[in-house]
Amino acid sequence: MPSDVNHVVEFPGGYTRSVGPVIGRFLSELRDGRLVGVRTSEGRVLVPPTEYDPDTGDDVTGEFVEVGPVGTVTTWSWVAHPAKEHPFDRPFAWALIRPDGADTALVHALDLGVFDAGAEPPKTLKTGMRVRPKWRAERTGTIGDIECFLPEVTMINPQAKLEFRLSGGRALRRYLEGISQGRIFGNRCPVCEAVIVPMKETCPRDGVPMTEEVELPDVGTVTTFAVNNIPDPRAPAVPFVSGYVLLDGAGVTMLTLIAGVPADQIRMGQRVRAAWKPREEWDASVGNIKWFEPIDEPDVPFDEIKDYL
Amino acid sequence: MREVAVVAFTQSEHSGEDQGLLETEILAPVIGEIKERTGLTRFGFTCSGSCDYLQGAPFAFVSALDTVGAWPPISESHVEMDGAWALYEAWVKLQIGEIDTALVYGFGKSTQNDIRAIFTQQHDPYYLAPLGVDNVSLAALQARAYMDESGVKEDDLRAVAARSRAAGRGNPFALDLPDPADGAGYDVAPLREHDVAPLTDGAAAIVLAAGDKARELCERPAWITGIDHRVEPHSPGARDLTRSESTRIAGEKAGAAGVEIAELYAQFSHEELILREALGLGDDVTVNPSGGALAANPLMAGGLIRIGEAASRIHDGTAARTLGHASSGPCLQQNLVCVMSGEK
Ligand SMILES: [Zn+2]
Repeated sequence: MPSDVNHVVEFPGGYTRSVGPVIGRFLSELRDGRLVGVRTSEGRVLVPPTEYDPDTGDDVTGEFVEVGPVGTVTTWSWVAHPAKEHPFDRPFAWALIRPDGADTALVHALDLGVFDAGAEPPKTLKTGMRVRPKWRAERTGTIGDIECFLPEVTMINPQAKLEFRLSGGRALRRYLEGISQGRIFGNRCPVCEAVIVPMKETCPRDGVPMTEEVELPDVGTVTTFAVNNIPDPRAPAVPFVSGYVLLDGAGVTMLTLIAGVPADQIRMGQRVRAAWKPREEWDASVGNIKWFEPIDEPDVPFDEIKDYL
Repeated sequence: MREVAVVAFTQSEHSGEDQGLLETEILAPVIGEIKERTGLTRFGFTCSGSCDYLQGAPFAFVSALDTVGAWPPISESHVEMDGAWALYEAWVKLQIGEIDTALVYGFGKSTQNDIRAIFTQQHDPYYLAPLGVDNVSLAALQARAYMDESGVKEDDLRAVAARSRAAGRGNPFALDLPDPADGAGYDVAPLREHDVAPLTDGAAAIVLAAGDKARELCERPAWITGIDHRVEPHSPGARDLTRSESTRIAGEKAGAAGVEIAELYAQFSHEELILREALGLGDDVTVNPSGGALAANPLMAGGLIRIGEAASRIHDGTAARTLGHASSGPCLQQNLVCVMSGEK
């Protein structure tokens, strides 16, 4: 493009044009917020109307028909970098839109939402999509009385938000108290003698209140695991491994992240130890343990963990 | 019908950048060369095609008359269109029979203005121009419609662009454009940058002559055996954009069947595919050996150049029967087909 503009062609105040009875009717209806087409003698409905049937050259009839306002996109183009003459300063589509009840289509802009400059065409932009005009509040009888077309509403996304004040209960409170000091507490069932971790108020097997508190080491054995390929904000990277770890002395496994080695080197029976966050970052949260990492100890035979899978 | 032939064709070395020349200055050497080539300094009729909007000056075409020498007064006409339509007017004048020679030329400078904004102002003032919709956006609507209908993919368009640019690099008058880049971005989707003809400044001229005068001026005249142009409704929504009915009819009337080489004025990759279908061109027809408009697109001369290139293949003996095509208006609204033959 040339450097600086040094010559402008402009007709002061614009041209005044007679629109005639056919285009005039269309523009007048547009000002009233209606879309109309004109019928040809062969019965087709032309939108936008012209004085002559494009197929035969015959005069159209004087019959105007309200169409749409909903229409179907028959083809589209996507403007990723709008020019200053364009109706939007952000990416948008042009479309040929055939209003319901019409036999021809009109060109207009289609607004699909806010996109960054240069954006690729959105997946929702499709031939056949259903759209309707967005009317300007102040209309003057020009094609611009339709600000643009918008997709028909096909989905809603109701927001739900409720607020609560939860407390974790006695057992959890005690467990988190331990975690905040870098200690892992479980409790032992008086009937089955299994150590449950994290602590619970009652034994999930026997339904009796727990009586004895037991401190467990932060080392254990991987019983089973899964490799995840979908990112998660808590995981270090993709792929990451989530697994069940049976702490030494515990009667149930804990669900945790396992990291520190490549995902394909994690095994059932592998010995692991908790990787704690730096002490100054501890609070009363299970997040104090980032994940478990393998340690240099022989694997536990499958027989010893088979009941904990 | 009177025998009329293209007997000479000249064009500028087209430029993708502003060379600091006026349109007239781009044109003058082209006219000088064709006068020298034919040995003619006066013509029975002179007709030109250009667009004043490209210069932003009313009657800009008048100053170009200096290059042909308009004194003593000459018989002259101008079309505010591609020079191909000036050629049609000159052909009609030759058919009337009062003259034996005609000079036709077309010229345009695209690099000094905002071509898309100018094309927007050429649309109807009721429904299209006020929207600000430009010619590339409308072409992309046609591309999408055609691709949906035909199953043609973006890679097929890219292949058209690649072939055109490669051919253009072998044409000393066209631009030197690289192969379409991997990951070229969209201009207006689904058209990528290489699917859109480049901005180009340039000019071209043709001399038409009738009967024995043609044989005298040219060893192997490119006889116009058929020429026709057809127009469709201006409104893109009133047409079937997946095909070019006007080209089909013009091709049929002009006798497009059996040509060996076709020069198609496709300013967008998909247009070449639509035009091929409309003209029924098989794989055995060589399309745009010059590179076509995708390799150089001097507006208002681009269609005339297609006729000139097609005629040149007869002049130099590479083909016996060729076709030149020109187009004008949004989404291939109107189309002209000129079929030429070495035998008469
Ligand atoms: Zn128990």
